[in-house]
Amino acid sequence: MVEATMRRMGNQSSGLIETLHTVQETFGYLDLDALRYVAATLRVPLSRAYGVATFYHFFSLKPAGEHTCVVCIGTACYIKGANLLLDTLKQDLGVKPGQTTADAKVSVLGARCLGSCGLAPAVVYDREVAGKVTPQALRQRIGQWKSQ
Amino acid sequence: MTPDDLEQIAEEERARQAQCKHTVRVCVAAGCVSCQSEGVKAALDKEVAARGKQGECQVKGVGCMGLCAEGPLVITGEKKMYQHVTDADAGAILDSLEGSEVDRLRCPTDVPFFQKQKKIVLENSGNIDPERIKDYIAAGGYTALMKALGEMTPTQVITEVTRGGLRGRGGAGYPTGLKWSTVSKAAGEKKYVICNADEGDPGAFMDRSVLESDPHRVLEGMLIGAYAVGASEGFIYVRAEYPLAIKRLKIAIKQAEREGLLGSNICGSRLNFRIDLRLGAGAFVCGEETALIASVEGRRGIPRPRPPYPAMEGLHGEPTLINNVETFASIAPIIRNGGAWYAQIGTEKSKGTKVFALAGSVRNTGLVEVPMGTTLREMVFEIGGGLEQGRKFKAVQTGGPSGGCLPEQFLDMPVDYENLARAGSIMGSGGMIVMDDSSCMVDVARFFMDFCMGESCGKCIPCRVGTFHMHEILKRITAHAATTHDIAQLEELADLLRNTSLCGLGQSAPNPVLSTLRYFADEYQQHVERHQCSAGVCTNGHKDEKA
Repeated sequence: MVEATMRRMGNQSSGLIETLHTVQETFGYLDLDALRYVAATLRVPLSRAYGVATFYHFFSLKPAGEHTCVVCIGTACYIKGANLLLDTLKQDLGVKPGQTTADAKVSVLGARCLGSCGLAPAVVYDREVAGKVTPQALRQRIGQWKSQ
Repeated sequence: MTPDDLEQIAEEERARQAQCKHTVRVCVAAGCVSCQSEGVKAALDKEVAARGKQGECQVKGVGCMGLCAEGPLVITGEKKMYQHVTDADAGAILDSLEGSEVDRLRCPTDVPFFQKQKKIVLENSGNIDPERIKDYIAAGGYTALMKALGEMTPTQVITEVTRGGLRGRGGAGYPTGLKWSTVSKAAGEKKYVICNADEGDPGAFMDRSVLESDPHRVLEGMLIGAYAVGASEGFIYVRAEYPLAIKRLKIAIKQAEREGLLGSNICGSRLNFRIDLRLGAGAFVCGEETALIASVEGRRGIPRPRPPYPAMEGLHGEPTLINNVETFASIAPIIRNGGAWYAQIGTEKSKGTKVFALAGSVRNTGLVEVPMGTTLREMVFEIGGGLEQGRKFKAVQTGGPSGGCLPEQFLDMPVDYENLARAGSIMGSGGMIVMDDSSCMVDVARFFMDFCMGESCGKCIPCRVGTFHMHEILKRITAHAATTHDIAQLEELADLLRNTSLCGLGQSAPNPVLSTLRYFADEYQQHVERHQCSAGVCTNGHKDEKA
C-alpha cells in the first residue's frame, strides 16, 4: 500500500504528505520506523518527514485507542455546547482531547470543524457521525464501549 | 467526444429518466448521511423491488437540498419534500406516489427558506446523482466546456469571466477575470491550476457540499480555467476530513477520464489536462495560497511573502492559477449564459450569488444560495426562520476566525464584499453563524483567538507571539481577572498583528476581537469592572482547562 502510493507519486519528495496519509490509514498512526522508511525512500531528511508529521493536526504519532471519539469544536458546535461534551468526557474518562484512556479503549480528539454545522453539536464515534449530541447520549455510547 | 456526442448522451439519459413514472430523490450528502439517509435509500430501494416497480419508479441518491437540520430529506416528484424520514417510512412514501402526501413527514417548500434563494452554483444540488456523470450531462453539464473549446479563444473566455464580474469566493474577493488574465500572460514552461478545497473555517461547509453534490461542475470549471490560462495539470487540494467529498471527486475524475473530458486532446482540441487530488492534513493556514502550494509540494504549509504571486511563480516555481471551489463552480453558468447575464445579479461591485452556510442559533440551519446584496435580516429572519424558541438575536458572525461579529444595527445592511469590510468583518468563504443572548461575545473572541493561536504556523513573530498574548489577555478577561489596562493592550496588539503579520491568517486574526470590542464594548467592561458575564458563560473561569 505504502510503496504503491510512493510509486504513484514517482518516489518524489512532493509525495511525502500523500504517503504519510497512506501510512496512517494502514497502520493507524505514524511510528518512527515508518517515518524513517518513508524519508529514505523519498530521499528527504528525516527531520523534514518529522516536521511535516508534526505540523499537520491530522497526523498522529501515537497509536489510537480501540475506539475514537472526535468532538467537533468548530464555531457552531462550540456555541451549541461542545464544551459540555468535552467536560463529560473529562469527568467520565479523565482524558482531554488528544489523549487516550489508560486501558487503551477510547481516544478522544477535538476537530476544528467537521462541516456538519447544521447538526451541531456533532461527534464522530469511530467513523460514524452523530448530530445534536447531548451529554447523556455521549455518556451512553461511551458506556457501551467501556463495557465491551 | 464532440458536442454531438455530448448531446446524444444527454438525450439518452433524459429518455431513460423519462421512462420512469416516478422519481424519489434521497439526499446523500454528508449532513443527511450522518442522519442515516443511506439506510433510507436502501429501504426505499428494497420496497420498490418488493413491489416489483423497478421499471416505473427510480430511487436516486442526490446532493444537498439545503435544509440540513431537518434531514434525512426526501423529495418525490417535482415538489413534495419530506423531512426526518426513517427506514420505516419507505412504504408510506411509495404509497404517496399514487395517492396523497404523507402529512406527518411533510416539509413545507413554500417558505422563504426555499423561495428566497437563487440557485446558480447549487442548481444541480438535490437534483442529480453526484456519482453519475451522465446525470450531470443530462442537466446540461460540460456544454460550457464544449462552447469554450469549440467557439471561443482563451482570451474570449477570460473576457467573458471578467464581464461577469465574478470575484474570488474564497474570501478575499479578488476579481477572477483579472487573476486568469495574469496567469495566462505569465511566461512559464508549464502552468498549473489548483482548486482550493481546504475549507478550514469552522462553521463553513459550502465547498464540502458542492463537492459532494455536484463534483463534475468543479471539474468543468477547472477545465475551462486550464483552457483559458494554458495549463496542463491540475490539483484539487481537499481536506482529509471530508472523506465523502474525496470519494465522489475520485469517482468524478475517473468518469471524466473515461469520457475523454480529461486527458490528452480533450474533445479533439489541443487542450491536455489532468486532475489529481491532494489531501490536506488539517492545517487552517493551508487555505492561504502560498502555504497551500507548499503543502501540495509535500512540505509544511508555511506561507511565504508575496510578491511574487502564485500567478507568476507558484507550484514548482511555475505560473499557477488558484481558485476556490465555489469560484470554479460558478464558471460553467457564466460561459453558458454569458458574462452579461451573470453581471445582472447582485450589487454594483459584487456580482452573482453567494452560497452561505447558515448555522448556530437559527431555526433553519443549512446551505443557502442568495444573490449578493441580500440583507442580513432576510438571511437570518426570513430564510433562517428566525432564532430558536425564546431566544433573542445578539450577533451574526461571518468569515470565521478572520471575520467579525455584527450586531443588530447591521441587520438591514446588504451583504457584499465592501459592506462587510466596512462593518469590520469579511465575506470569508461564507460561514454565517447566528448567536443569541446565551453567547458571551468576549468568550467568542477568546474562542477564535484560541483557534488562530493553534493554527498559526509560527513563521512570523507577530502572529506566533501576538496571538498567544492576545489569547492570554482574553483568558484573563473571561476569568474575571483583567484590568482596563489589559483592554488597551489588547487593542495595541490587534493593531500590531494586523499591520505586521506575514499572511492573511495573522493580519485578520484580530478581527473577531476588534469587532466585538467595537460593538460589544459593554460586555468587556462588564467582565473587567463588575466581574460579571450577562450571558452566564464565563462564571467559573479557566475555560481552557476544559477545552
